[in-house]
Amino acid sequence: MSENNSQPIIVCKDVHKWYGEFHALRGVDMEVAKGEVIVIFGPSGSGKSTFIRTINRLEEHQRGSIAVNGIELSHDVRNIEKIREETGMVFQQFNLFPHISVLQNVTLAPIWVKKMPREEAEELGMELLTRVGIPEQAEKFPGQLSGGQQQRVAIARALAMQPEIMLFDEPTSALDPEMIKEVLDAMTELAKSGMTMLVVTHEMGFARAVADRLFFFDEGNVVESGTPQDLFNNPQEDRTKLFLSQILQH
Amino acid sequence: MATSDTGIDQSTSIPFYRDERIINWIAQIVSAVLVIGFLIWVVVNFLAAADARGFSLGFNFLNDPAGFPINDPGIEYDPSMTYGRAILVGLVNTLRVAIAGVVAATILGTTVALARLSPNWLLSRIALVYIEFHRNIPLLVLLFIWYFSVFTQLPPVRESLVLPGPVILNLRGLYISWPRLTETGGPLAIALIIGIVLATIAYFVLRRRREETGQETYYGWVSLAIVVVSAIGGWLVSGGTPLYLDVPVLDGFNYAGGLRLTPEFAALFVGLTMYTAGFIAEVVRAGIQAVDRGQVEAANAVGLSNLQVLSLVVIPQALRVIIPPMISQYLNLTKNSSLALAIGYQELFSVGRIAINQAGQAVPVFAIIMVSYLTLSLLTSAVLNVYNRRIQFVTR
Repeated sequence: MSENNSQPIIVCKDVHKWYGEFHALRGVDMEVAKGEVIVIFGPSGSGKSTFIRTINRLEEHQRGSIAVNGIELSHDVRNIEKIREETGMVFQQFNLFPHISVLQNVTLAPIWVKKMPREEAEELGMELLTRVGIPEQAEKFPGQLSGGQQQRVAIARALAMQPEIMLFDEPTSALDPEMIKEVLDAMTELAKSGMTMLVVTHEMGFARAVADRLFFFDEGNVVESGTPQDLFNNPQEDRTKLFLSQILQH
Repeated sequence: MATSDTGIDQSTSIPFYRDERIINWIAQIVSAVLVIGFLIWVVVNFLAAADARGFSLGFNFLNDPAGFPINDPGIEYDPSMTYGRAILVGLVNTLRVAIAGVVAATILGTTVALARLSPNWLLSRIALVYIEFHRNIPLLVLLFIWYFSVFTQLPPVRESLVLPGPVILNLRGLYISWPRLTETGGPLAIALIIGIVLATIAYFVLRRRREETGQETYYGWVSLAIVVVSAIGGWLVSGGTPLYLDVPVLDGFNYAGGLRLTPEFAALFVGLTMYTAGFIAEVVRAGIQAVDRGQVEAANAVGLSNLQVLSLVVIPQALRVIIPPMISQYLNLTKNSSLALAIGYQELFSVGRIAINQAGQAVPVFAIIMVSYLTLSLLTSAVLNVYNRRIQFVTR
């Protein structure tokens, strides 16, 4: 899946972020090739969510540089908008718009940002809802769906802008166990289609099966990275070993 | 001995004083008897007392000439007209200040709320001071400040403050240049009304087309053009000057022409508006803050511009929270307009009081006043509640 010889689609160099006194990101470096699936994991408070939120500027980084698809993320509002058009994001809490229907959730951005005709947007919307397996829920409102269904709508909504990159911020953490699978299935299907994905998750089964590379975060930086085989079977750092032993025990 | 399905012995006779069904019934009957009994006692007692003191309870006096003047009547009035007419003038004056106040307070309050939420420190502090000042000082005090320290302290007519416009401020009130139709103004007025209706229709049709097809339809510009063209057309058809600007001019000892707001109306309008805007600002702020931060993030993440985030995601959700307390603020403003009594603006309550003193008809007049306020309030609530029901979220 990875095309390591091609130009990286995301380049992060020495990314720092402070919340007041708290140093949340301490010089993160990462390069992601087009089509790669990256899983980021680590203890809570390690900065993994903060990091993927800097990539589409939901959080501002204060030092270092981030470039997405050749666009430098700076204070230039136009660059920020462009990068947001090229990255889709799925949140832990779904964040669907509760006042409009499921289909309208999906078509809102294509209509207002891409100026796509409504009919075309609705066709695209239905296609995406079919892809995530819930076309029959199109006319319902988000509040009428289960958590797993809502998260799949959120994936469809992000895909509607036809992004190059998908960011997933703990997409299954707020779900009941039996709903996790339906969301992971949709994500696996997406990865197989060649989408570039950055996924913050603790679903190690998903990481092992789908990820090209894993990044282990602790205290605002990357402790260790490598293929699933490398990291699961032969971790180099003590911190990684400890963390893996704790989460893989069960 | 009867035995239920559970096998537990159920004595067939529950004593009535322990049977919850019977207890509930008795409670209902007793409270109904008490309420009805109290009402009968009130009415009988009242009628007896009214009879003993020779009160008349009829509404016939409404047809008698009122005989007292009303400053600044909103509709045609002179003292030879009836009490009924005088009270109607009062109601119109209440409506005038209430409607103007509700519109102005909503605009001002929303602006202050946005300033309060602004990342700009200075703007946010100014808004905070505004809100706390107006929420923590009694309305009556504010009205006195505006009336006695501002609008009655203005210079006399000869030394009027003339602001660009011209807007003229003096002891006798506020004069604003105001466009008025001439005798040949009919066609222009009709053309303008038609133009505005057409422009509104065009706005929504073209905006919808923009959504349907993705083609830019310039709906804003098109509807603006329709209004301008119809205005020009109306002007040409009227075959003369259909419109003139009524400019206030000094005529002897006074200004004539223009739109005149009396110091009483101005003080009441400004005081009520600024006071209520303080509360509305907090209502709007609460509504906007009630929208989850994740909503803004999700809207940003799909690439909506800040303006689109506000108009497509935040405001529709905030309205759901804003409308119910907003209704209360509108009702408060309307009812608070009765404080006009203190500064001499003659609205419903103030006219009603004169009618009571003069005609000695306290009961019918108070009944009219209460029913009027009640009707206004219920109408406002009804309209806004219909709207509120339409914007609630669907769940389950």
